[in-house]
Amino acid sequence: MLRSPLAVVLGRGSAGDGVAHWWAQRVSALALVPLTLWFVVSLIGVPLNDYAAVTIWIGAGWNPVWLTLLLLAVCWHSRLGVQVVIEDYVHGPALKLASLLLNNAAHAVLLAAGVYAVLRIALRSAT
Amino acid sequence: MSTQTRPLSPHLGIYRFMYTMALSILHRITGVWMAFGLVALVAWLCSAAAGEGDYARATALLGSAIGRILLLLWLAAFCYHFVNGLRHLAWDALLGLEKRTARLTGRVALAVALVGFLALAYLLFCPRAGWP
Repeated sequence: MLRSPLAVVLGRGSAGDGVAHWWAQRVSALALVPLTLWFVVSLIGVPLNDYAAVTIWIGAGWNPVWLTLLLLAVCWHSRLGVQVVIEDYVHGPALKLASLLLNNAAHAVLLAAGVYAVLRIALRSAT
Repeated sequence: MSTQTRPLSPHLGIYRFMYTMALSILHRITGVWMAFGLVALVAWLCSAAAGEGDYARATALLGSAIGRILLLLWLAAFCYHFVNGLRHLAWDALLGLEKRTARLTGRVALAVALVGFLALAYLLFCPRAGWP
């Protein structure tokens, strides 16, 4: 058995925290299966260059809710995925740390800007 | 740097090339490519929130030749990453890990992604979609 001395002493093995990133990647992927399918199917037939039609679609019914969830899941999934790519291919501790911080910041901005845009459109059409 | 002169464990280069390797790296490439697509998606939403003029400028960009090529490349990346992602999720559930099964599902994933891409590309740019 490959077990560390500490694990043998505690008798419990891993606490499970080490796989948090791995799990979050899978959970966000599972969430994205229905959310991206909804996005693609729901957009079929919406004329994309028609401002009125598109903003009505964004604000219609539960669409703002699904769009917000889609943005949340896709930003989280993308952030985790790009993080792994940076960890694998960017070398040098300073450059790696800077890339990881930039990755987190960029995805936070994308999430906030996307959700803000959806809510602005949804609340405008609701009033 | 002493760390760079240490012997390395056997690396990718020692393995005979197999198309499943290309499918594997393609998952990463399409994923990173879609991260840039996410920027375009959010910019599109922001332009719609900003008003009719900004939205018209955004759709003019997306409807231009370069915009259409980018959209098609993002759509292709999405189709492949989506289908191959299902393959990854199945592996995580310990399904389909046999060498022959994994190779077969790789071909199936590529075929399904291609069909999905062609259908969605048509719907995206068919006359009914209303591009100028």
